[in-house]
Amino acid sequence: MQPAVEFRNISKAFGAVQANADVSFSIAKGSIHGVIGENGAGKSTLMSILYGYYNADSGQVLVDGQAQDIRTSHEAIALGIGMVHQHFMLVENMTVLDNVMLGNEGGFKLAARRGAVEATLREICARYRLDVDPLATVHDLSVGAQQRVEILKQIYRSAEILILDEPTAVLTAQETASLFEILRLFKEQGKTIILITHKLQEIMDITDEVTVMRAGRVVGAVQTRDTSKEQLANMMVGRPIQSELPRGPYQPGAEVLKVSGLQLKDANGVALLSDIDFTLRAGEVVAIAGVSGNGQSELLEILSGMRLPSSGSVEFLGQPLPYAGRANADGLPAAFRGLGIGHVPEDRLRDGVIKDFSVMQNTVFGYQDQGDVKGRFGLFDFKKIAQRCAGLMRDFDVRPNNPDLRIGLLSGGNQQKVVIAREVAACPKLMLVGQPTRGVDIGTIESIHTQLLRLRDEGVAILLSSVELEEVRALADRIIVMSGGRITGVLPVDEFDTTRIGLLMGGLHKS
Amino acid sequence: MKKTELPRWATGFVLPILNLLSALVIAGFVIHLLGESPLESLEILVDSAIVNPEGLAYTMFYASTFIFTGLAVSIAMQAGLFNIGAEGQMYVGGLGLTLAMLAFDASLSPWLLIPAGMIGAALFGAAWAFLPGYLQAKRGSHVVVTTIMFNFIAASLMNYLILKMIPVGEQNPASRVFSSAAELPLLTSWFPVLGDTPLNICFLLAIVALVIYGLAVWRSSWGYKLRATGLNAHAAHYAGVKISRTIIVTMLVSGALAGLASVNSILGSTHYLSLNFPAGAGFIGIAIALMGRQNPVGIFLSSVLFGALIQGGFDLSLEKPNIPQETFIFIQGLIILFCGAMEHFYAPALLKLINLTGKKAA
Repeated sequence: MQPAVEFRNISKAFGAVQANADVSFSIAKGSIHGVIGENGAGKSTLMSILYGYYNADSGQVLVDGQAQDIRTSHEAIALGIGMVHQHFMLVENMTVLDNVMLGNEGGFKLAARRGAVEATLREICARYRLDVDPLATVHDLSVGAQQRVEILKQIYRSAEILILDEPTAVLTAQETASLFEILRLFKEQGKTIILITHKLQEIMDITDEVTVMRAGRVVGAVQTRDTSKEQLANMMVGRPIQSELPRGPYQPGAEVLKVSGLQLKDANGVALLSDIDFTLRAGEVVAIAGVSGNGQSELLEILSGMRLPSSGSVEFLGQPLPYAGRANADGLPAAFRGLGIGHVPEDRLRDGVIKDFSVMQNTVFGYQDQGDVKGRFGLFDFKKIAQRCAGLMRDFDVRPNNPDLRIGLLSGGNQQKVVIAREVAACPKLMLVGQPTRGVDIGTIESIHTQLLRLRDEGVAILLSSVELEEVRALADRIIVMSGGRITGVLPVDEFDTTRIGLLMGGLHKS
Repeated sequence: MKKTELPRWATGFVLPILNLLSALVIAGFVIHLLGESPLESLEILVDSAIVNPEGLAYTMFYASTFIFTGLAVSIAMQAGLFNIGAEGQMYVGGLGLTLAMLAFDASLSPWLLIPAGMIGAALFGAAWAFLPGYLQAKRGSHVVVTTIMFNFIAASLMNYLILKMIPVGEQNPASRVFSSAAELPLLTSWFPVLGDTPLNICFLLAIVALVIYGLAVWRSSWGYKLRATGLNAHAAHYAGVKISRTIIVTMLVSGALAGLASVNSILGSTHYLSLNFPAGAGFIGIAIALMGRQNPVGIFLSSVLFGALIQGGFDLSLEKPNIPQETFIFIQGLIILFCGAMEHFYAPALLKLINLTGKKAA
């Protein structure tokens, strides 16, 4: 039988990053096909090409055996391709019915068609057991129900091929189970489903075939019944081991950080962090492994003072960090810096630098109120700052070596070096590092790793989070694995085992 | 190398001048339609606003007010706040000034009276900006909306209060005339060539204010945090800046500067509080902040430009009966259109030109 979708030698580059390289595989009609891989493996890029958001640099997409040049999402919809995004594309203050009709109004007057569309929706809901009231307003619906609205929208537009991007990331276990029921019904009706996920259990539960991607390439294509979670985890994260970086013996000193019972709930009461307990000692690197969006960012934000926890306590050098009695975290990061907590934020352009400031101005960012940058009348002593900046740029090899350049013009790697240099220069006792090498060119990665290990050898406690398992292995003394806002496992680096960590990252508790 | 953005001299000088010229060309065309010669009109304008020393003194007198309102709008812009309310803040600042005068002008010496008046003006202007700042910081109510509303509230409030201040037997909607102790030292006493003009020490104070503004914004950690908040509030939070406090304090400073603009208008010329005395100076401050790119030198030059347009426009309408005085407002609008809304209109072409000449040279 002809495949529903076939990718032939798809390549796509963004600047120097090869997001997809020579990707070829096909998806059988009437099957549920899983695509798994780590962050940045190229899954989303590939689906965006199929859905017409991006155009491939080379290669072909075949839909029902016909080569198609899909340039817009309208063309994809016309070919019967529907996509359910991880972040829903719904107008929250409109009804389900209006959301479905949006873009399909079929004329200037809505009233005429509304009744007919409503009847169709009710019929679809009954057929696929989608429990949704077409007249309900979207913001009154639960997350799971909103997702069903997205699916309803796609069926109404007669999608035959349905792409679901991380559909269970926001769902509870029950909602996930009912979603899978719906997907199985689809399959029985002959529709094709492409499921993008990093959760191994889901792949095993529901898919017929799996394609594993890594670093933009297809590294495996197997029948689900012939594989195991362990084999998939290995394919997903396994890669050649980097040469060892120089590091001193592991001699952890005094306890620097003690996190107990930390909880965080968002404004809607959804738990982002639950029961976080761990300790960190001087001269030790603890790395948090996990797929992004599993609570690592929130944890670092709390520890750096950018965010207040809902409950729980954190002791820093034996003293509780001053979260209590505050309405918001305004100004708290400055207090934490004063205590000796350095922070390299994971999203440096959002948090870590001001793009329009020069490199020199960015080297005092966060430390602008400290006496050593001030001269007469409490004004900045630019001579002193420039000297300090020149020293930092030399020590950390920031290129181009021009302190007056706007930092936005530097490459990601050099921006990161400036941020790390700035935080290191403040001689912190605890260093928080989010995604140390995200968006950093390969040449710079090793130099950043070397700097961090030197810091560890000098007795600084380092807590870092990374979605790159190889980075975790290269830097960590101990590894914490997080999934769904919980710690799912703690292991020393000697017991590093991609399969086991992959399973823990996939939310399989302490297996 | 192919440049992707304009060098600083181009964005700082060439673009504003191109924009200004465009505005003048269109203004000239309209003057032509009104049946007058554009070149002759320009000559009259330049002559009466710049060349003639008395005219120049008037130009500088108007500019003194505009520097303060321009600074008020600029400092808020540095923190990412668009303070449309300088007009109302200046108006209420005038109230603070007047209350100080009415209370003390019989008892205090000028050395104390004038600073007291300035403090009154600054305090009242700041107070009028406080609520918009507070609402923006704590409730997210957009400062553009609230400051516009506060302009209307200020107008009605002042209307009410000024009617209460009219001395018995007077008909003019204004307070009583202040005593001579409230008169600001005129610059003409040092430079007689300036003639009988109201140009006073406020001009020097405005220059001092420009210098302090420059130092505070670019050399102090206060200004650093202010600019960081304006450019990227997320990062500012990371750097330990108290975002809501910064917003409120910035609005207070902005309002104080707008309030201080009333000193030149009232103590420098009329010596009483009159209905609608700001006469749009607060709004011109917006144009000045945009055109001067919130830079002290830029603010000074644009303030002088707008001062010259008022002074020259006034003389022009006297000499050319076909050109109504409102033409000035029209030209002002054109300048705001070109320098504000269409600020980067010529940027792509200029960039192409620079790259082209660069290639030829290489």
